[in-house]
Amino acid sequence: MLGYLARRLAASLLILLGVSIVTFGLTFMIPADPVAMIAGRNSTPQVREQIRVQLGLDRPVPEQYVRYLGRLVQGDLGTSYARKSDVGELVASRLPPTLLLMLGAIIAELLIGIPAGIYAATRRGRFGDKAAMTLSFLSVSTPQFVLGLTLLYLFAYLWSVFPLGGYGTVWHLVLPALTLGLAGGGWYSRMMRSSMIEVLRNDYIRTARAKGMSEWRVTMKHGLRNAILPIIAMIGLDVGIFMSGVVVVENVFGWPGIGQLMWQAIQSLDIPVIMGVTIVAACFIVLGNLVADLIAPLIDPRIRLR
Amino acid sequence: MKKLLISAVAALALMAAAPAAMADAPKQGGAATITFNNDLTTLDPQVGYDWQNWSVIKSIFDGLMDYKPGTTELEPDLAESYTVSDDGLTYTFKLRDGVKFHNGRVMTSADVKYSFERAVNPATQSPGGGYFGMIAGYDDVAGGKATTLSGIETPDDKTVVFKLTRPDATFLHLMAINFGYIVPKEEVEKAGADWGKQPVGTGAFKFVEWTPGQNIKLERNKDYFRAGVPYLDNITFEFGQDPTVAVLRLKKGEIDIVGDGIPPAQFAEIMADTANKDLIAEGEQLHTGYVTMNVTQPPFDNVKVRQAVNMAINKDRIVRLINNRAAPASQALPPAMPGYNPDNKGYAHDPEGAKKLLAEAGVGEITTELYVMNVDPNPRIAQAIQQDLAAVGIKAEIRSLAQAEVIAAGGSGKAPMIWSGGMAWIADFPDPANFYYGILGCAGAVEGGWNWSKYCNKALDDRATKADAMVKDDQQAARIAEWKAIFDDVLKDAPWAPVFNEKRFTYHSARLGGDPALFTDPIHIPVNYDYIFAKDAQ
Repeated sequence: MLGYLARRLAASLLILLGVSIVTFGLTFMIPADPVAMIAGRNSTPQVREQIRVQLGLDRPVPEQYVRYLGRLVQGDLGTSYARKSDVGELVASRLPPTLLLMLGAIIAELLIGIPAGIYAATRRGRFGDKAAMTLSFLSVSTPQFVLGLTLLYLFAYLWSVFPLGGYGTVWHLVLPALTLGLAGGGWYSRMMRSSMIEVLRNDYIRTARAKGMSEWRVTMKHGLRNAILPIIAMIGLDVGIFMSGVVVVENVFGWPGIGQLMWQAIQSLDIPVIMGVTIVAACFIVLGNLVADLIAPLIDPRIRLR
Repeated sequence: MKKLLISAVAALALMAAAPAAMADAPKQGGAATITFNNDLTTLDPQVGYDWQNWSVIKSIFDGLMDYKPGTTELEPDLAESYTVSDDGLTYTFKLRDGVKFHNGRVMTSADVKYSFERAVNPATQSPGGGYFGMIAGYDDVAGGKATTLSGIETPDDKTVVFKLTRPDATFLHLMAINFGYIVPKEEVEKAGADWGKQPVGTGAFKFVEWTPGQNIKLERNKDYFRAGVPYLDNITFEFGQDPTVAVLRLKKGEIDIVGDGIPPAQFAEIMADTANKDLIAEGEQLHTGYVTMNVTQPPFDNVKVRQAVNMAINKDRIVRLINNRAAPASQALPPAMPGYNPDNKGYAHDPEGAKKLLAEAGVGEITTELYVMNVDPNPRIAQAIQQDLAAVGIKAEIRSLAQAEVIAAGGSGKAPMIWSGGMAWIADFPDPANFYYGILGCAGAVEGGWNWSKYCNKALDDRATKADAMVKDDQQAARIAEWKAIFDDVLKDAPWAPVFNEKRFTYHSARLGGDPALFTDPIHIPVNYDYIFAKDAQ
């Protein structure tokens, strides 16, 4: 177990190194010049050259990368081009809202996916099943900005149930979390449905029914407990999916997280911020995957870590 | 009898109008909330250069000069008065008495000197430092050889003398631009890298707090040197709000101004709603949208081809395409800019004439590329231009890219044609010179410069320099006349095809009052926060 953990951590570090190399390389492949964005439209070539030297952008790309990496291992993510302030602090200040949003989305997708899946499984082939699966298909295919704006219009503008975007209270969290989590809810309802159908075929379920247990108790007690395992194992992987979703959702709802920070950094070609957010997001994705793998044997003893 | 009736009606109307007029008199107090989609990057006046932070900075800081609210008319601000030497090389400013920074310290001439040196010093990475190139000693500071500008002298606490290396009629405008705003040295040094997040100025509003990604709060500066303003006690800027959502919030009365403007997709609907009649201020802005043509490469090295492009583009149709949020442009300068020539009607839409010119040019089949920024409505506009060009036999492929990439393609000279929308020149100050050097003059026609046509006409450059050497009051009419002539000649050479001048539409809540000109202020974009007021102030 410890050996496995050590190997996985080493592999994770390699993945992060890879992410940093690829992102760094990509920012240089963009056919645009960050110095032109910093220096503005009235600058002289001399001033542009000075800024280039100050930022070290005149050096060969591999050298720049090694310097960046050297600072990165000391926890220094550099200085924002547009804000002239520390990227580490900037990302740290935006991380809690994003994590909160992701937590909300996980709760939302479980609250939607699990009941819907159980419902569909117990009405297999009937109208309720088909309706639930159609809705799940819709929820998976609706673009998040369309969903987000629709929810805002209906539940915040027409009926003032929730605030019109923003951040602060648990009420602010509901709509963005729902927007981010609905697609996952759709997936989970399908997974839950097939997992439940499989579990309900087992002998011990038949035994439970034979004992005279009510169908509700059979499903909830014996069925749910076993059927939910594969879903719990998947939650860690959601981190990666959510990291891409937060860019859209945070921008629709005015949620002050790293997705919003990233979007603005891309617009102004603020490379240190783009790099910083990518690396921090990658850390969380790697962590999420690791947690998913570690949880699997805990909930299903048939899986062993080697 | 009829007369009597009319006067009775008039009296009634007056009586009815009186309470309304009283309600609309500016009052002290109250608060306003403005939304922006993007969080501000910085409130450092020497660094901030996007249109969201531009006017917030104007409310926190001041310069030696400013403009009368809602107009483009210069007046002294932190300076009480100024004199210009006969040769136009020396400007002497007398500072106002009793101007205090928000930290309570009195502002002096040393602060003025420090602020300009800070703007020019390359360590600041100011996007506007280059504007002060005429101040003696600029080259040494910009080149990193010195940190103090030899051309700024401070004989006493209340006097600042600027020595210039060339006479420059735009100098007083530059004293009103954000990059020349006065900052207190001790606060800049104390804050270090955080200075842009905790600004201290002399302006109408005092900075209170900034919650990253969420909001910035300002409060009225009670020691502001102009008596009676600002009217509002508090301003909150909220960030991260999609303009579509911001419009809904305004309708619900949660916010007061949609800072990003009305989203294109909702424009027609909002304008058609009679309830919004008094809530939308419409004004001109110092903006021209244009197509650049790279004059250093075939086929656009041929003036006839460039003129043909000008005649091929159906500007009226493009204006309709964007719901009439603009007016067709006849020339490079926008109508609100001094030097605009109302008699010059530009190139009329004439596809047959364009074809004839192309035939005369004898360049054969033309295949080219049109670069455009990939944000609505710009790709749609580019498609309209593409169709217009196709109608006269020019095949233009559209290259729809991110803003930074289009700017890079323009700066390197790689782009044969660029539609300027989304990156366009909104003047930094209301003077024709601001529309020339960087985008049409030789200075901008270099690698990385913003003259994307790479048009460099030495004779015009000389005339421009001579015009800007006319600094005396009695020469101003002659100077503007010369600029008019210069821009007429630019149009004949046709390095651009001017397409439209964007108008501004500011959507605000019914509880905010103030002259509509303040809501579409040509200088404080989008709104002049210092002079608007809350009707419900207690």
